[in-house]
Amino acid sequence: MGSKYDVLVIGGGNAALCAAISARRGGASVLVLEGAPKFYRGGNTRHTRNMRCAHDAATEILTGPYTEEEFWEDLLRVTGGQTDEELARHMIRESKDILNWIVEQGVRWQPSLGGTLSLGRTNSFFLGGGRAMLNALYLTAERLGVEVEYDAEVIDLVIEDGMFLAARLKRPVKGETEIRATSLVAAAGGFEANVEWLKRYWGEAADNFLIRGTPYNRGSILKLLLDKGVQEVGDPTQCHAVAIDARAPKFDGGIITRHDSVVFGIVVNKHAQRFYDEGEDIWPKRYAIWGRLVAAQPDQIAYIIFDSTVVTSFMPTLFPPIAGQSVDELAGKLELDPTALEKTITEFNAAVRPGTFDHTILDDCRTEGITPPKTHWARKIETPPYLAYPVRPGITFTYLGTRVNKEARMLMKGGKPSSNMFAAGEVMAGNVLGQGYAAGMGMTIGSVFGRIAGREAAEHARN
Amino acid sequence: MHGTRILDEADRLMTVCNSCRYCEGLCAVFPAMEMRRAFSDGDLNYLANLCHACGACYVDCQFSPPHEFNVNVPKTLAVARAESYAAYAWPRMLSGAFARNGLLISIIAALSMAAFILGFAVLNDRSVLFGVNTGPGAFYKLMPHNAMAALFSAALLYAILALAMSVRAFWRDIGAPIGGRVDGGSMFQAIRDAGELRYLHGGGVGCYNEDDQPTDRRKLYHHLTFYGFLLCFAATSVATLYHYLWGREAPYPWWDLPVVLGTLGGIGLIIGPIGLFMARMQRDPALLDESRYGMDVGFIAMLFLTGFTGMLLLLLRETGAMGPLLALHLGAVFALFITMPYGKFVHGIYRFAALVRYAQERRTAA
Repeated sequence: MGSKYDVLVIGGGNAALCAAISARRGGASVLVLEGAPKFYRGGNTRHTRNMRCAHDAATEILTGPYTEEEFWEDLLRVTGGQTDEELARHMIRESKDILNWIVEQGVRWQPSLGGTLSLGRTNSFFLGGGRAMLNALYLTAERLGVEVEYDAEVIDLVIEDGMFLAARLKRPVKGETEIRATSLVAAAGGFEANVEWLKRYWGEAADNFLIRGTPYNRGSILKLLLDKGVQEVGDPTQCHAVAIDARAPKFDGGIITRHDSVVFGIVVNKHAQRFYDEGEDIWPKRYAIWGRLVAAQPDQIAYIIFDSTVVTSFMPTLFPPIAGQSVDELAGKLELDPTALEKTITEFNAAVRPGTFDHTILDDCRTEGITPPKTHWARKIETPPYLAYPVRPGITFTYLGTRVNKEARMLMKGGKPSSNMFAAGEVMAGNVLGQGYAAGMGMTIGSVFGRIAGREAAEHARN
Repeated sequence: MHGTRILDEADRLMTVCNSCRYCEGLCAVFPAMEMRRAFSDGDLNYLANLCHACGACYVDCQFSPPHEFNVNVPKTLAVARAESYAAYAWPRMLSGAFARNGLLISIIAALSMAAFILGFAVLNDRSVLFGVNTGPGAFYKLMPHNAMAALFSAALLYAILALAMSVRAFWRDIGAPIGGRVDGGSMFQAIRDAGELRYLHGGGVGCYNEDDQPTDRRKLYHHLTFYGFLLCFAATSVATLYHYLWGREAPYPWWDLPVVLGTLGGIGLIIGPIGLFMARMQRDPALLDESRYGMDVGFIAMLFLTGFTGMLLLLLRETGAMGPLLALHLGAVFALFITMPYGKFVHGIYRFAALVRYAQERRTAA
């Protein structure tokens, strides 16, 4: 391992592998350092299932066109304008070709999954899910001659004057070593699994967060880069977070712990009080906001409460709902104040106005005279058994990152581009996502900037 | 919850999988699962028999071991599948045949071949048994055609009866309408799906054996075995027609239809089972129901033995070895017939029934 590589890729997920493959196809010798053991390789890509790419016409698996302009408008809406327009538009343009390029790397698509019909036009799903996608990328990378090392923890980076020289690597058996390379691609994710770091922005509340994905994204590469002069981008408190079952494991519970039932009931906090309009918007937005909403509640816990009439309206869940024959019994099981819960439900039921229920559109079922209102899909909760899911904030990934330009090249503090350091994936997602989230964006950022970073890194190594 | 520990585990996994659904494009199991929110014993046995054990969902699953959710669908369904064979066996008192199945099959095969050799030796003169017999009717000097036809028809008819009763119990248990006619479209779809092993393909790239690379050739070997078996069956059927319709007696010349079919089938029944056996030995043990090693290998060995003795008989039929080889071949075929309802052979019957059910469900849902 004393030799010098053209391109060193730190990380092992979608962005890292796209970078490695693209650099290798550009003629570079490539080493991938994945900090996780082989089974857990790929960071959060393991838990993904689709990617949002622009396309001008329907395809075999996409039900209709999704133009660059429409993608841009969606991005603008979910981020509230907190994005870098030039970079974002560049990404969206490049995403069109990714639909084909990723297939050339062995990844296979399928039509949108059961229960995700609303994404059938915009998002392409990986056949077999994210781990299948990773397996295909690793297979392709290895066939091309990319070297991959697992359990490879990078503990330091040697960077001089914005130029990467070497990485210090700690391996479980062979000990510490230094690896030199002509170019660096950092694609090692965000810091969402580093609870101590999260606490700097969220305080003790972070102890109650669940981490939906890999326990290996501790942000160590991000921290090294920022400490060594790379310019920071993004609000450190911003992340993609959803409400997930409070019974989920601390790490790596993945997709199956999510709840998509908010619109069918009400959500109360530990004082049995409602705190936000459960009928504000349709999927996927309604889904993506609840992580932060629950994070702002006392003890970071909330309960989705509904009744037996709606249990088949949403996908079956991993954890069964907690049931009570009366509101009183349910409150007892949830350890909520029975009187308060009874009062909340009674007031809600009294405020429900008649309407025609249709959860696929913003329907006319709403409440009147309560705060907060439920502006759509409001129906009385009155048919026992009464049911509940306890939920906590589940963090998917963080947005604090390294600033990059259109070449995926990192910018140093002061704005000077690094000569040989590139970034892709979560570690630079904050350039595009200032806040908010739309399904499949993380993978778009990973593949598009991964491919660019690999190409540019190889190009630099050639010269 | 369910009758058995393995069905409890299968239920747990289907609950996990039904809240994920990433694998729904891989095969028929997951779309069939999505049509349900809760799983009865029959549902789980249906899904278990729908699974072709390609292994893709294990390799693709983010929750497979060592993850704490410990999702191993191929192995769990393999165990459930094997237990379902015993549960639906007819008559019920013979369901114990599926325990230590490899040993049982070996003993029956050995006894059957020994019985034919003994019978030939007792009933025939030594000069006939070890003599060179050629020309039409040569085989029947050792065993009269009518006796052969009666014995093998009886064995086959019993096997068909036992299989029919078993699959009837399965069909009822998986909630399919008994007595209701299966529509032609579903039947045709199931025949195609089974005929091309549509779901033994790892979601398109192939099956998995020793690692996460889809390099397995089981589909090819299974085709050789299955179509080899059908060709051999066709050879016997054509020969029977020759015998009764035109009075043409075996053995036939090498270019005649029964021999051509039998030769092609025999080659398939030699190469196919060897390939399946090698593939099985290379598979990641994590995917397999290791306790059913005997059942899997016993059936593969029976098919191989049938093909191998048949081909030897063809090659050496004009020598003094013909008599003993005929005894061995008939012994192997007889053992194959009578063990059909009590060994791995049943996997094809239940899987086909499950594919018919799946085709029906798809039509109803569409």
